[in-house]
Amino acid sequence: MTSTPAVPAMGTTETGEDTAIQPPIARRVKQRLTSRGATIAAVIIAVIWTVPTAGLFISSFRPEENINQNGWWNVLSNFEFTLDNYADVLVSGGSQSPNLGQYFINSLAIVIPATLIPLVIASMAAYIFAWSRFRGKDTLFVFIFALQIIPLQMALIPLLTLFVNLKIGEFQLLPSGSYAQLWIAHTIFALPLAIFLLHNFIAEIPGEVIEAARVDGAGHATIFWRIIIPLSVPALASYAIFQFLWVWNDLLVALVFSGGTGDVAPITQRLAELTGTRGGEWHRLTAGAFVSMIVPLLVFFGLQRYFVRGLLAGGLKG
Amino acid sequence: MEDLGEKFLQVVIAMAIFAAVIGIIMLLVDRAPKSFRDKATIIGFLAPAAILLIVGMVWPALQTTFLAFTDRDGNINGIDNFIWMFTEPTALVTLRNTVLWVILVPTISTIIGLVYAVFIDKAHGERVLKALVFMPMAISMVGAGIIWNFMYAFRGSEQEQIGLVNQILVWFGGEPRQFLLDAPGNTFFLIAVMVWIQVGFAMVILSAAIKGIPADIVEASRLDGATAWQQFWSITIPSIRGALVVVITTITIITLKVFDIVRTMTAGNYDTSVIANEMYTQAFRANEPGRGAALALILFLMVLPVVIYNARVLKKQKEIR
Repeated sequence: MTSTPAVPAMGTTETGEDTAIQPPIARRVKQRLTSRGATIAAVIIAVIWTVPTAGLFISSFRPEENINQNGWWNVLSNFEFTLDNYADVLVSGGSQSPNLGQYFINSLAIVIPATLIPLVIASMAAYIFAWSRFRGKDTLFVFIFALQIIPLQMALIPLLTLFVNLKIGEFQLLPSGSYAQLWIAHTIFALPLAIFLLHNFIAEIPGEVIEAARVDGAGHATIFWRIIIPLSVPALASYAIFQFLWVWNDLLVALVFSGGTGDVAPITQRLAELTGTRGGEWHRLTAGAFVSMIVPLLVFFGLQRYFVRGLLAGGLKG
Repeated sequence: MEDLGEKFLQVVIAMAIFAAVIGIIMLLVDRAPKSFRDKATIIGFLAPAAILLIVGMVWPALQTTFLAFTDRDGNINGIDNFIWMFTEPTALVTLRNTVLWVILVPTISTIIGLVYAVFIDKAHGERVLKALVFMPMAISMVGAGIIWNFMYAFRGSEQEQIGLVNQILVWFGGEPRQFLLDAPGNTFFLIAVMVWIQVGFAMVILSAAIKGIPADIVEASRLDGATAWQQFWSITIPSIRGALVVVITTITIITLKVFDIVRTMTAGNYDTSVIANEMYTQAFRANEPGRGAALALILFLMVLPVVIYNARVLKKQKEIR
């Protein structure tokens, strides 16, 4: 460096010249490393990852005969599209119809309360763990966190028995084949993680805000609804997306608690059933799979940013 | 669709009941006598979660543990269920498959996810590329099962193939295969589906970690003349060790509990069952709740060390910071 003559006209020192000519370090590193090879490799992987879904999507619009005659990659040489498959699986009334429309509505009816209820209950508990003091609080919190270790599978049999036996006189409080069992089961299984994650966020809220409200005479309920909940919207949104996707995509809880009828069972359960009994009816299965995927995909593409943010905050069901 | 209104009504009523319960709690808490108010708040706010968790998780987990030592009529039969699990050939296949899943899925997903994260870090159109690989995460495993059933679809060699995987085989001069029927290969083809789903997760977490590596460290290694390969091993990998642990353990736990893929694609037939699926089959199909409970207990014991290890690593990292 000392051998480089300073350029008086520019009026800079050696170090000054350095930063003036070179782009910032981060960008420079990035530029140096940019390689065509990596891009090509990445694109190849991305294509491999997308082809299965794309194939199903294309097939769902092909007439039944075409799907069964040749592969979807021939779609350009025998170009024919139809919405019949969707009409068939969604609304056709025949006894042969999968009736997915009905199950789709069940999924919606299950997922909305099963997302909102745990969100409210968990934020209430999280608020207490973050902002009040009582003996044994930390132990209790760790215990709830540890409940994540228990696999859902361990709770299924006793919980089902409990639901069946929960009676007032002859009246069964939570009859099988009602949404109530599913709402409650999903709520329970969501709580340990939800309390943990929301606690982490609520604990970060500046204490002065809460203190100020308290001085103004606000009670806990007011503070919770007027301050904590509005300030926690990013965390609540991120968790709500996850809970929504888990419940929408769930099969195990549905199989155990729905009773399997079209009155209550979600679309995932119906699809799993169809693959078992009519694995060869690709025109129905492809369209059906896409009907079930449309909601999560909309959520995914619409709210991708929050989805990823939630993941990075450690938002994972253990 | 005539019951649409009725279903909608059920949801509205349920939400109204829930809102009423919460409203009453809030009212009681705020109206409690001053001396008792703090205690009332704590009890009122914690009660719903506490009741649900005790009734829905703690108590059932204890019961399942007990159930694991009973036979189908509810009589205590000691460790018979566990003896069954470790001696019966079909049960042994289930255990073997679970071990295969748990070793292969986290390893392969993490490796592909890491490689992909490194590649896109240098690529144009990063956001689109990320979204494409991440997308399977949003799809249900049932949906993924159908997608891959279609990919693996089989037609006799005299017919045109409609499954892409078999078509590729045929293009390269091979014979079409029954990917999901022929054991033991079929387990690997199911595992591939899980890898397809989990790579996106690994990629997102690892990509964020890679972006978090300070640029000056990378630059310094460049100036020292490190090749891309050396840089990867001596800078990238050590810097993201924490994220790698999180990714591997999380995928391991998810894999241990995998149920939907097996259920949708083979229903556990043709020697493809795994513990989580077999648990469902035994408890709810074969009327053997004791065996089901024993399998659930084993699942718990397998998840336990993974979670403990994960918690330890996280704690250590917090201490370092």
